[in-house]
Amino acid sequence: MSAALRRRAVLALPYAWLVLFFLVPFLISLKISVAESVIGIPPYSALIDASGGSWRLDLSGESYHRLVTDDLYVVAYLNAIKFAGISTVFCLLLGYPLAYGIVRAPRRFRSLLLLLVILPFWTSFLIRVYAWIGLLKENGLINNALLTLGVIHQPLLLLNNAFAVYVGIVYSYLPFMVLPLYAQLEKLDPALLEAAADLGCRPWQAFLRVTLPLSMPGIAAGALLVFIPAVGEFVIPSLLGGPDTLMIGKVLWDEFFANHDWPMASAVAVAMLVLLLLPMGFIRRLLQGETA
Amino acid sequence: MISPEPERPANAASYLRIEGVVKRFAPGAAAAVDGVSLDIVAGEFFALLGPSGCGKTTLLRLLAGFETPDAGRILIDGVDMAGVPPYRRPVNMMFQSYALFPHMTAAENVGFGLRQDGLPKAEIAARVAAMLDLVKLGPLARRKPHQLSGGERQRVALARALAQEPKLVLLDEPLAALDRKLREETRFELVRIQQRVGVTFLMVTHDQEEAMSMASRIAVMSGGRIVQLGTPQQIYEEPASRFVADFIGAVNLFAGRVAGAAAGFLHVDSAEAGATLVVEHAPLPTGSEVAIAVRPEKITLAPDSMAPNRLAGRVRGAAYRGEASTYEIELAGGKLLRVTLPNTGRRTAGYATGQAVALAFAPAAAVVLP
Repeated sequence: MSAALRRRAVLALPYAWLVLFFLVPFLISLKISVAESVIGIPPYSALIDASGGSWRLDLSGESYHRLVTDDLYVVAYLNAIKFAGISTVFCLLLGYPLAYGIVRAPRRFRSLLLLLVILPFWTSFLIRVYAWIGLLKENGLINNALLTLGVIHQPLLLLNNAFAVYVGIVYSYLPFMVLPLYAQLEKLDPALLEAAADLGCRPWQAFLRVTLPLSMPGIAAGALLVFIPAVGEFVIPSLLGGPDTLMIGKVLWDEFFANHDWPMASAVAVAMLVLLLLPMGFIRRLLQGETA
Repeated sequence: MISPEPERPANAASYLRIEGVVKRFAPGAAAAVDGVSLDIVAGEFFALLGPSGCGKTTLLRLLAGFETPDAGRILIDGVDMAGVPPYRRPVNMMFQSYALFPHMTAAENVGFGLRQDGLPKAEIAARVAAMLDLVKLGPLARRKPHQLSGGERQRVALARALAQEPKLVLLDEPLAALDRKLREETRFELVRIQQRVGVTFLMVTHDQEEAMSMASRIAVMSGGRIVQLGTPQQIYEEPASRFVADFIGAVNLFAGRVAGAAAGFLHVDSAEAGATLVVEHAPLPTGSEVAIAVRPEKITLAPDSMAPNRLAGRVRGAAYRGEASTYEIELAGGKLLRVTLPNTGRRTAGYATGQAVALAFAPAAAVVLP
């Protein structure tokens, strides 16, 4: 086998993976999204109707029509983007100092600290979200502790509201922010900060003019890793949220499993993917401008 | 032996004064800088020269304020720098790695300190342009560091260190990252810029040739201390110790014992040379152990038969270097000597390996080391 052929074979593997496990399912979803919901198995109409002797492509825009006309979906999308966006900002505000602290920690502690960041992954995501119910509920750990200490006299409403959803998302996705930031900050040459100090920068000025701009790729990667899955999140709003925290991921889940409306669920999924491509493209553009 | 204080411009006040500075990186550890005192005059090109680990870079970082001394004082322009952070010191540093900001263009790098000082935009632009012209980088102002060659990056770093018009610029191995040919060209360039701007340069280097060709004064450091201070010529021709003689250029050393002194000359019995050598030197007690140091270019081959310090040997190897040839010559006792002869003619035959030769050096060409 020639070297060129071998190289192509190696490259073919990830492409095959992407086609098989990403493109094909996406096309199936796309196909279902333009079908009509029917009662039966499968619960959607066939794409090609061959009943009348001739072949006829049977496309229905009904699901997409409902998507833009029914407030429910628009509100759920906007909600999802709001929750994901604000959570991303909080992840950044918490994750940046955390990553910076780990980079600056003595070398022998660094891997331990990184391990602690990753440690929650060793427990099931679902169990960790359930654990937050135990912490946040009316007679949960936090309320009981505050009542016992006499800080409050009435239990606080911490669960089944927006606050609980933010806590859940920030808690769950923080490692995805910390790890790329750590990787980026670790590459930063300490001599650059000395050079900035030498040229008259106080430490905070050096941070703003050197460290922060140079950590932008890490910030972008972390923000995408948090924002994108958070938009589609349905476990956290289902378990910790209330009636006012409807997110698009939960709508999708309900359409699929509660209403058995596969075309609608698929339309929601396709629209979500398209909407997520926008911020990704924007950030890519931004980063290319940075390095050019 | 202490070398005489080198000449300095008349009534020039010292701009940088270092008094008994000590720096240890861990309590109880050997001092990286061990009681260094130094005066540097405004407008000088001064070199700290020494092998790696001699403390020269630590001393530079103490001056820039990146490290704090454990003892001693640093005065810049008469002001004690104790407790003064790097961003308030009137010095700028050119880093060995250049430490250019990768997200900024060459012009933005040069203007970094000026922006920090809050200068008006027009003035920054004018000064950045002047600095880039000084280092001949005008056309590349909008390139980012990764789009520049090593030599261009080096010049951006220099322009950045000069942009805030400091009176003292610290240069940490400024030429180490350049290839050989560029390094030699840049030596002259650096001296030219230093003289044109009239700023004081304090350079750290491990390259003796670099230090000698650029600096007006050199401090040779070893083990955290200054072992000799002087002009390049003093350092080369009057080394104060075997370490300095050996570190600065090549040298032939003859171990020996003083046999007597007469009329400004010292007679030294050397078993290695297999002869009694005569050198110009003040009297020393008979019997004291000394070393006679002779530079390779100060030895002549095929001297006349009456020449003093005439020795016999055999050529062991020859290296033709273009402008000169270096011979390795073995004396009768097995001692190897290095002799450099200029190639004055185009068709000089030179000496062949194995050939028996006579060699000699003048009594004034040698130095007596303790």
